[in-house]
Amino acid sequence: MSVEVVLPGVLADLAGGQKHLRMDVGGGTLGDLLDVLAADHPLLGRRIRDETGALRRFVNVYVDGEDARFGGALGASVRDGAVVQVLPSVAGG
Amino acid sequence: MTDLLAIGTRKGLWLARSDDDRRTWSVDGPHLLAQEVAAVGLDTRGAAPRILAGIQYGHWGPTVMWSDDLGGTWQETDHGAIRFPDDTGAALARVWQLRPDTADRPGVVWAGCEPHSLWRSEDGGCSFELVRGLWDHPHHKDWQPGAGGGAVHTVLPDPASDRVVVAMSTGGVYASDNGADGWTPRSKGISAPFMPDPLPEYGQCVHKVAVDAGDPQRMYAQNHGGVFRTDDGGVSWNSIADGLPADFGFPVVSSPRTPGTAWVIPLVADMSRVPPGGRLRVHQTTDAGATWKESAAGLPDGSWTAVLRDAMCADDAETTGVYFGTRDGCVYASADEGETFTLVADHLPDVLTVRAARLP
Repeated sequence: MSVEVVLPGVLADLAGGQKHLRMDVGGGTLGDLLDVLAADHPLLGRRIRDETGALRRFVNVYVDGEDARFGGALGASVRDGAVVQVLPSVAGG
Repeated sequence: MTDLLAIGTRKGLWLARSDDDRRTWSVDGPHLLAQEVAAVGLDTRGAAPRILAGIQYGHWGPTVMWSDDLGGTWQETDHGAIRFPDDTGAALARVWQLRPDTADRPGVVWAGCEPHSLWRSEDGGCSFELVRGLWDHPHHKDWQPGAGGGAVHTVLPDPASDRVVVAMSTGGVYASDNGADGWTPRSKGISAPFMPDPLPEYGQCVHKVAVDAGDPQRMYAQNHGGVFRTDDGGVSWNSIADGLPADFGFPVVSSPRTPGTAWVIPLVADMSRVPPGGRLRVHQTTDAGATWKESAAGLPDGSWTAVLRDAMCADDAETTGVYFGTRDGCVYASADEGETFTLVADHLPDVLTVRAARLP
């Protein structure tokens, strides 16, 4: 199936300058998608998840507009044609 | 001859250089802007000096980066130079220490990290391996995080043997004869007033440890309350705080050349982490802590800041240079072994670490 990943500008350099990635994935969960993303772009993968595979604390991922943390987290279903957006949360100082 | 001073802050790295034997400095930066740089290692063993930086992206996690062209370009390992093995279930939270080993061990770099862990690299810091002997230590479950997090923050490889000493907050001091296993607590005599037993075998919140220039068995510790010295490799520690205006503080730095010489920067107390009377001062001993002398020249009054554990260092010049940075973004340098200081930079973000090296 095909999924669109939308990246913030600050991460686009790690995906060859692309803010919109069209990805073909076999599995149907957010974890499956991020595994493929990390295999294709390891540095990008590390910015989004730590080495245990967990989403970093201040990274939010939205699947078709829904915050994945409240919709199954890495087990969230990702449908064919979905839009998955990665955004930095409100944090810092 | 150029002297390089790397200044890691909460929001980036600055590089100061002096071409006149540390009398004046030019400051270049920011590098790695908006990234916390809590650890810096200056590796001058290779053909070109390497700057290693333990950074924390605000949102995107910690990593190790390096520059072989004095900050012009930066690199990192795709999959992460420091990466916890799957079976640990742990994730790197912060790099606290990057310590190149001696010239006799080219490529070896040590890292101390949060959660409490020690790492060893043999490729100049591009990739590290977890030191399992410390990670699997039966005491590990008892090491607790201090306010800044639970980490190995000090790594002291012995130039003359395979012995390695580490210090952690909290946990105390541990030593291994081979740097791999057999880690033995070496904190007896260092106080832990926050524990039921105020003199435990381990568990202390040791803020920093430095090795004397003349004897690897002699070390100095700035503790979370108390300044101590050991003459037997940490088997026993005794207070050397008499003569200081306060026994709290974070850094302790020893001279790389002169036995018995070390520096501390006292703060009032745990509950009052400011210089006594607002007078920011360096205190120097030249007799291994028997007496202390205050250095005031070039340092401010009315300063209500603090100096963190890695924000002080010495260089290896013939006349030792002493450097420190404050939480209010001021950096001071001394070219005369801590007698007088000059302001190198101000208005930077909180200074987390400084490291100095003399470049060929």
